[in-house]
Amino acid sequence: MKDFALLFAALDETNKTNEKVSILRDYFTNVSDSEKIHTLALFTGRKPKRQINSTLVKQWAMEMANIPQWLFEESYQVVGDLGETIALLLPESKGRHEKDLAEWIAEINSLGSLTEEERKTWLLDSWSSMTQQERFVFNKILTGSFRIGVSQSLIVKALSEISGLQASTITHRIMGNWNPDTFSFYDLIQEQDASDDLSRPYPFCLAYAIQETSDKQKTAEEIEADLGDPGEWQAEWKWDGIRAQAIHRQGKIFIWSRGEELATDKFPELHPFLYDLPAGTVLDGEAICFVDGHPMPFNVLQTRIGRKNLSKKILAESPMAFIAYDCLEFAGDDIRSMPLAHRRSVLERLHILTEHKDIFRISPVVNFSNWKDLYDLRLKSRDNYAEGFMLKRLNSVYQTGRKRGDWWKWKVDPLSVDAVMIYAQKGHGRRADLYTDYTFAVWDGDKLVPFAKAYSGLTDKEIKQVDYFIKRNTLEKFGPVRTVKPELVFEIGFEGINKSSRHKSGVALRFPRILRWRQDKKIEEADSIEVLKSMLGD
Amino acid sequence: MARPLLQFNENGIYCAAGDFYIDPWRPVDDAVLTHAHSDHARWGSKRYLAHDLSREVLKYRLGDITLETMGYGETLYKNGVKISFHPAGHVIGSAQVRVEHKGNVWVVSGDYKLEDDGVCTPFEPVKCNTFISECTFGMPVYKWKSPKEIHDEINNWWRKNKEEGKNSVIAGYSLGKAQRILQHLDLSIGKIFLHGVIANTNEALARNGITLQETTRITSETSKEEIKGAMIICPPSALGSPWMRKFQPYSFGYCSGWMSLRGAKRRMAADRGFVLSDHADWDGLIQAIDATDCDCVCLTHGYTASFTRYLNEIGFDAHEAHTYYGGDEASEEDHLTTDIVNSEGDVITDKQVSDAQEEEEL
Ligand SMILES: [Zn+2]
Ligand SMILES: [Zn+2]
Repeated sequence: MKDFALLFAALDETNKTNEKVSILRDYFTNVSDSEKIHTLALFTGRKPKRQINSTLVKQWAMEMANIPQWLFEESYQVVGDLGETIALLLPESKGRHEKDLAEWIAEINSLGSLTEEERKTWLLDSWSSMTQQERFVFNKILTGSFRIGVSQSLIVKALSEISGLQASTITHRIMGNWNPDTFSFYDLIQEQDASDDLSRPYPFCLAYAIQETSDKQKTAEEIEADLGDPGEWQAEWKWDGIRAQAIHRQGKIFIWSRGEELATDKFPELHPFLYDLPAGTVLDGEAICFVDGHPMPFNVLQTRIGRKNLSKKILAESPMAFIAYDCLEFAGDDIRSMPLAHRRSVLERLHILTEHKDIFRISPVVNFSNWKDLYDLRLKSRDNYAEGFMLKRLNSVYQTGRKRGDWWKWKVDPLSVDAVMIYAQKGHGRRADLYTDYTFAVWDGDKLVPFAKAYSGLTDKEIKQVDYFIKRNTLEKFGPVRTVKPELVFEIGFEGINKSSRHKSGVALRFPRILRWRQDKKIEEADSIEVLKSMLGD
Repeated sequence: MARPLLQFNENGIYCAAGDFYIDPWRPVDDAVLTHAHSDHARWGSKRYLAHDLSREVLKYRLGDITLETMGYGETLYKNGVKISFHPAGHVIGSAQVRVEHKGNVWVVSGDYKLEDDGVCTPFEPVKCNTFISECTFGMPVYKWKSPKEIHDEINNWWRKNKEEGKNSVIAGYSLGKAQRILQHLDLSIGKIFLHGVIANTNEALARNGITLQETTRITSETSKEEIKGAMIICPPSALGSPWMRKFQPYSFGYCSGWMSLRGAKRRMAADRGFVLSDHADWDGLIQAIDATDCDCVCLTHGYTASFTRYLNEIGFDAHEAHTYYGGDEASEEDHLTTDIVNSEGDVITDKQVSDAQEEEEL
């Protein structure tokens, strides 16, 4: 556990990619195989089940730290993370322990059979034996909130350097249904893929967005300059559903969403067509709600996804279909290295044979002879229930992850939202006394969630006005940050948007900036988080 | 009821009986200063009284001012009110101001810390009836490790950077933190360079008779070659400025109490955060307040509301001085220089940062 806590701290202390990889490599070279696989499980989101609810963890921490509940809550407000708050509040420990990560996780997993009193004793003893650094990661694991600021690709890179295996092989092997009890480090790095895990999906090939801003859309000429001969490209509509891989192997079916979540049960309507596919088939496509022969907006799907139980009503209101656009495995063979044109013909053949054409749909290829036609057609995307085009190079293989060049998404909407300013920080140098760095929020139900920080885009005069407002409308201060009365609305533009588990909003923007101050808008008119999420694509 | 000896008004902490202010934020006739940090020592008053060791720094910062100084334990009377200075342990020349009138004793802490930092005179508790205390870090999540541990971390970090062919750039406020960092650096590792603002401050301290470890000032003539593997001490405002380019490749460390929170560390985008503070931590504040045997304590800057509530719960008669300020902007100075970071938490380096004026808020 000491090693693991040190690893976490070391990763925390650098934001340089190559340093992170080298820290990971050193760690993986030095710890036992069981620790390696447990670390990998944690890093890929395979957390142990939560055995003690956080209310009890909090309560016992308050007792041990000897502070009242309100002060605990305020401390939590200041720190912003429960595991960290507790680690900071507990009295310095006197004891020690020799358990490694695997042993701690085994203990956590065995808590199920203990009484509440026994759990409490176990937890207080555990805390008493740990350093502050260990307590922090331990709390994160215990409360099921362990997250790490390292992308999977870096972990894969480190493992690939240690094992000599291809990064794509490792990426594939760490996907799917495994846990540290069923999968060993040896399984991961063995030469031959003797894996018999039927459920294992392939890493998704991801597209880059054609870089556009709301101020400037790419012209047909610019697209032509970037992408070249239209004859080398396949265009499809870009659907606003959930990216999914549908698998049928040896009579068993699996549906994986892009977040590496097994979503088979979420989409019962898709099961019959999957069972009817020839065994050894893996399709890539979009799970999407389909009514009267056309796709429904994303929010219909989203309401459905949010439900624990799929009632008859839900199934009737938001029936699912699967729009396939690629075939990754056929007759049990991995065909990802075949060109797209070939994979497409395999897909079309499968589609001809299916009896479930209303459910198993195929993303039609949009014919075009020049970029100008496609450009004009793209503006009618919404009429086609799509959000733009996917452009794929006909001779491209199915890549692992996001690789620039072969797959592009070309969306119709400029990227911008109306948002409310909620925090402010002072600027620097010339503007040291002015509040110039703002944090913006959008609505999530009746709450405002922060999603972006931006500081450029206003005129000096506007900055002074905003500064004046901030200084008179400060609600509270945390260190250098002021919470400001939500009142001012700004239009925020950005170059791209990604999912992010690190941010409260669940999204991270690329290059956000202020387009203009919307003095004409009230905060009620600001956008909601759904609007941002709908821009995520994929 | 008699008028309190000290009151908060729109200009600062006012002693009506003696007709003087302590740390006024607006120009007044008579200002008594706890220390030379810019949020406590402001320009424009007619006459100043401060500790002997603040003299040169105050003159460097405020220019030609009318300044009288005295040492710890010495006394002076203003209109019958007895004034004396007592070590606050915050920075060189920092003092708690004790005022006594008709048997009533008030102490204004200024900023303080309890640990001996090896540079300034360590904090001494002063018995009083009413204590006006800061509480910058008045939340229980703030608990400092021993300074020795932190200084070892800094030296180890420097050594490692040097081995990896990197320079070390460390940020701390130019009065206090900079000297504290400097005095505990291991000169056997390499040379130490200073940002101009810190070099100026050190020269002012030297005129006051303070000797510090050997350093070199960074100038436009300083070559990349001489700073190889060196430690460069700069104020936080230098962070992200073009001035830093010369030091590439470097690792950047930030010294502050705020660094104990991961979130703050991320916001500062430092490669390394060192939890080194010149303010008292949670336990330190309670211990210091308790040691004054005061009947009543007033809390200023920091987590005043929470800390006041807690003190009342554990039996003190505590008040938030905050309410007396009436929303005055000057009193709301934050205690951390903010930096320009993008949404990824990376510091923006292409913004013009004026080196003429140091942004200092401690
Ligand atoms: Zn202060
Ligand atoms: Zn200070």
